[in-house]
Amino acid sequence: MALVLQTVDLQKRFGGIVATNDVSLSIEKGARHALIGPNGAGKTTVINLLTGVLRPTGGRILLEGEDITDLEAHKRVHLGIARTFQINQLFPDLTPLETIGLAVSERLGMGGQWWRLVGSKSAVVEQAVEVLDRFHLADVMHERTATLPYGKQRLVEIALAIACRPNVLLLDEPAAGVPEAERHDILAAVAALPKDVTVLLIEHDMDLVFSFADRISVLVNGELFVEGAPEDVARDPRVKAVYLGEEADA
Amino acid sequence: MMAAEESGDASRTLVAQANAALAARARWSPLEIAFWLAAAASIFLFPTKHLILTEIAILGLFALSLDLLLGYAGIVSLGHAAFFGFGAYAAGLLAKYHVVNEPVLALLASGIATMLLGFVTSFLVLRGSDLTRLMVTLGVALVLREIANRLEITGGADGLQGIVMDPILGRFSFDIYGHVAYVYSLIMLFALFLVARRIVNSPFGLSLRSLKGNPLRAAAIGIHVNGRLVAIYTIAAGYAGIAGALLTQTTQFASLSVLDFERSADVLLILIIGGTGYLYGGLIGAVLFKLMQDWLANLTPQYWQFWIGLILVIIVLVGRDRITRTTDPIRALVQRATDRVWSGVRGSG
Repeated sequence: MALVLQTVDLQKRFGGIVATNDVSLSIEKGARHALIGPNGAGKTTVINLLTGVLRPTGGRILLEGEDITDLEAHKRVHLGIARTFQINQLFPDLTPLETIGLAVSERLGMGGQWWRLVGSKSAVVEQAVEVLDRFHLADVMHERTATLPYGKQRLVEIALAIACRPNVLLLDEPAAGVPEAERHDILAAVAALPKDVTVLLIEHDMDLVFSFADRISVLVNGELFVEGAPEDVARDPRVKAVYLGEEADA
Repeated sequence: MMAAEESGDASRTLVAQANAALAARARWSPLEIAFWLAAAASIFLFPTKHLILTEIAILGLFALSLDLLLGYAGIVSLGHAAFFGFGAYAAGLLAKYHVVNEPVLALLASGIATMLLGFVTSFLVLRGSDLTRLMVTLGVALVLREIANRLEITGGADGLQGIVMDPILGRFSFDIYGHVAYVYSLIMLFALFLVARRIVNSPFGLSLRSLKGNPLRAAAIGIHVNGRLVAIYTIAAGYAGIAGALLTQTTQFASLSVLDFERSADVLLILIIGGTGYLYGGLIGAVLFKLMQDWLANLTPQYWQFWIGLILVIIVLVGRDRITRTTDPIRALVQRATDRVWSGVRGSG
C-alpha cells in the first residue's frame, strides 16, 4: 500500500523543551492509525505540526510524497488534510448551518466570493445539510453554536472536519467529554468514512482505540516508543509499563 | 423503496428550510426601510440643517468603514483617519490640479487610490495582537499627517486651498446652503451601504465573521485568513477614503485636521455608541454623536467635551450588551413582523 502521510525526523522544540523528538511516522493510504501515549507525550503537538499550526524546528512532512513542511495551514486543507481539535474550536456566533456551509463553500472554491449572497449556491446548501443530517444536527442547524449543549457542539466539531472531505483526517480525542450515547454517533460517522480516507486518531479510551485502529504508534516524551499492529502493541511489556506506571502515579 | 422516498423528501425539506433561513438573513427589515426613508425625508424636512446633516452622512460613512474592519473582521484601529485623510487630500489634489474634474469620478479615483494605500499597509496589521494593531495603525496615521504637514503640494499647515468643484455629472452645482452637497453625500452613503450590505451577507462576509471568532479554526477549514484580512482592510480603506473625499468635495477644502488622531478616536467612539457588527451602528452612532456634540456645545460651549467624555464612560460601563438586551424583545417583535409580511407577500404573489 502507498504511503499517504509521512514524517521524517520531525522535531519541535519550545525553548529548551523538546516536544517532538525525531518522530518518523509512516501512514498508509486508508489506514486507521492510532497515536497513543500518556498525558504530555506530545500527541497534539504532532497533529499541530502535521496541520501547519506549528512549524517544526527540524525534519520534514510529506503528503503523498510531496514536501508540505513549509506549507500554510489553509493550503494543507485544500490538499486534503483536515483535523478536529481536542478542545472544541468553533465559531460561537455562527449557526451550525453557517459553520458547515463555510467549510463546504471553501472546498468548492467559493468562500471568497463577495458579490453573491450566502445560500445562493444550492450545491453548498445541499452538501452542508447532508453533513448536518448525518450527524443528527439538522434540528439545531439554525441555533447559535454557543447555545448548543456540549455533546452537540462536539458533533459540530467533527462534522466540520468531515465537511472538508479530507483524504487524511486527524482526530484529536474526538470522543473526549462526550456522553456514552452520543459517543456512538461520532464513532459511527468516523467508521462510515470511505475506505480510502486515512484516519489518524489520538485517543485515551483504549477500548475505542483497539476496536478502531489497525495500527498503533505509542508516543512517550515526544519520542516514538513502539509501533505495530494492535495485538503486538497490547502485548508489548514496555507499553504496559508506561501505562501501568502512569496509573500507579495517578 | 418507500423509506428511500421518504428520506429523500425529508432531506429536501431540510434543504428548503436551510435555504429559507439563509435567505431571511439578507432580507430588508421594516426598521431598515424606515431608517432609509427617514434619511431621504430629512432632505425635505430639515432644509436649513443640510450642512450638519452632510457632516453626519460623511461621518456615518467613515464609521461604516471602521465597522467593516472592527465589527466583521475584528481588526481594531486607532488610525483610521489615515485613510480618511488620504482620500480627502486625494480628492483635493485631483480637483485643484484639474486631473479629474467631475466629482463622482474624482470620488471613485480617490477611493481607489486609498484602497491602494490600504492594501500596502494591510500587511502591517496581519500579525500581532490587538495592542500591536492599535500601535501600528496609530503610527501609520501619524506618519501620514507629518508627510502632509511637510509636503508643499498638500499646503502644509495652511491646508489645501483653492479647490473649486465642478458640477456633479456636469449638471448639479454645489450651493452655499449645502443642499446639493447633502443629497450627493446621502446618495453616495446609500450606494456604498448597499455594497457593504452585500459584502457582509456574502460567503466572504461570513468567512470574516468566522475568522473574527476563531482564526485558528478558520485556517483549519481552508480559509486563507490573511488573504481575507488584506481584502477587507483594503475595502474598508477605500470606504474611509471616499468619506474623506466627500468632505473635501463638499467643503472645497482639506486641512491637516482630516488626519488628526482625534478623528480616529471619534470614529471609534461613534462605533461604540452605535454598536458594531450590524452596519447601522456607525450610522446611528454618527447621528447621536453629532447631535450630542451639537447640543452639548450649545448648552456649555466651554465644557462640552467634559459631558461627552462622561457619557462615553457611562456607555462603556453600562455596557452595550445590557442596552441591547433591553431592546432585544423589540427586535424580536420586528423580526416576527418581518417574517409575517414577507410570507404574506409571497402568499399573495
